Amino acid sequence: MSKQTPSQTVGPYFAYGLTAQQYHYPNSQIADGTLASEGAAGRIRIVGRVLDGAGAPIPDAMIEIWQADSAGRYGAPGVSGFGRQGTGTDAEGRFVFDTIKPGAAAGCAPFVTLVVFMRGLLSHVYTRLYFSDEPAANAADRTLATVPPERRNTLVARRDEAEPSALYRFDIHMQGEDETVFFDL
Amino acid sequence: MINAPVSQRDWSAHPPLLHPPYASTALRAPMKPLIPLAHGLAETSGPVFGHESVGPLDHDLTQNGRRNGEALGERIVVTGRVLDEDGRPVRNTLIEIWQANAAGRYVHKVDQHAAPLDPNFLGAGRCVSDDDGVYKFTTIKPGAYPWRNHFNAWRPNHIHFSLFGNTIASRLVTQMYFPGDPLLALDPIYLSAPEGARERLISRFSLDVTEPEFCLGYVFDIVLRGRSETPFEGRAR
Repeated sequence: MSKQTPSQTVGPYFAYGLTAQQYHYPNSQIADGTLASEGAAGRIRIVGRVLDGAGAPIPDAMIEIWQADSAGRYGAPGVSGFGRQGTGTDAEGRFVFDTIKPGAAAGCAPFVTLVVFMRGLLSHVYTRLYFSDEPAANAADRTLATVPPERRNTLVARRDEAEPSALYRFDIHMQGEDETVFFDL
Repeated sequence: MINAPVSQRDWSAHPPLLHPPYASTALRAPMKPLIPLAHGLAETSGPVFGHESVGPLDHDLTQNGRRNGEALGERIVVTGRVLDEDGRPVRNTLIEIWQANAAGRYVHKVDQHAAPLDPNFLGAGRCVSDDDGVYKFTTIKPGAYPWRNHFNAWRPNHIHFSLFGNTIASRLVTQMYFPGDPLLALDPIYLSAPEGARERLISRFSLDVTEPEFCLGYVFDIVLRGRSETPFEGRAR
């Protein structure tokens, strides 16, 4: 039995290693924030910030997402389901993912898995993004049921009704009263 | 890729989220306990980046940033195996690395350390493990550099590693260090990993891997989360 290699922080200088194109370095990157191209059926946009314990946007975080396709399948041919965005190229520290709304398995609401990395975070943490326009499914979701009721709203992205396109807002609070629920998975 | 249930994160191996000697954890470490999550399809699957995701020079950092000459510094080979906790090779898995140059300077635009950039060295690479879980990079030994965590703080020589393994649950970002570095005993990031575990972050010098008349060799094996022994649903917590 071997023991797990310890995690270490991604540090402040990950950008040219992991998100090079986004940050305008000459080398390539394996994934970005575009999982669904413009005009794709069921396309949605997820926009958010990562906020520290003082409420300040964190400009050197990296978010990865992993999700099912519209039929609820993971890793189906032709669908990557994986995206990666740093928060350092937007003036307000936002990450943006253009993707599709995932399908849901039985007993689950649709959700996206998020993996959060940053300077000052020694081990990455996982969270989930659920959708505010799925209240019935969210109420029946097995995982949301394990979260204290008063904290469930930290996992629900809010559909911006003022936007004609499907835009969901999801801020990640590392600390504080509204600290996002992070999962040990 | 869909896999068997994944073993738990071994918190006796990983750093605590809040580690006051590393000052940046103070406002960024989650304070509430992580909530256990039973594994379903989302956790036992993950993105697949195979050999098609790497170019011919991606594993050779002495070549992939070349403009008009050789990268400067001590050329090294870093190789090892990616394994799971049961010793099985993790095959065809993507490994991304990034690092400072020989002078301790990152290409990153926010690195203001007054050390020279090397026009022939970018410091980023990637490769995919083979059927035995073996990976290999050729690079330049990174230099130490100062940081502002505390007075006269210096990071030990290190290379950042990012791995996926077979599932999103086996994701790992870590740092590889070099044997005998006097800065290790002073570094809050290295020391954040528990004693008895942090030593696994130090590569081993190997004469077998050292290439005659060319470069020194270091071995760094990486162990990712393995398969769970508990059933898929109803995991005991």
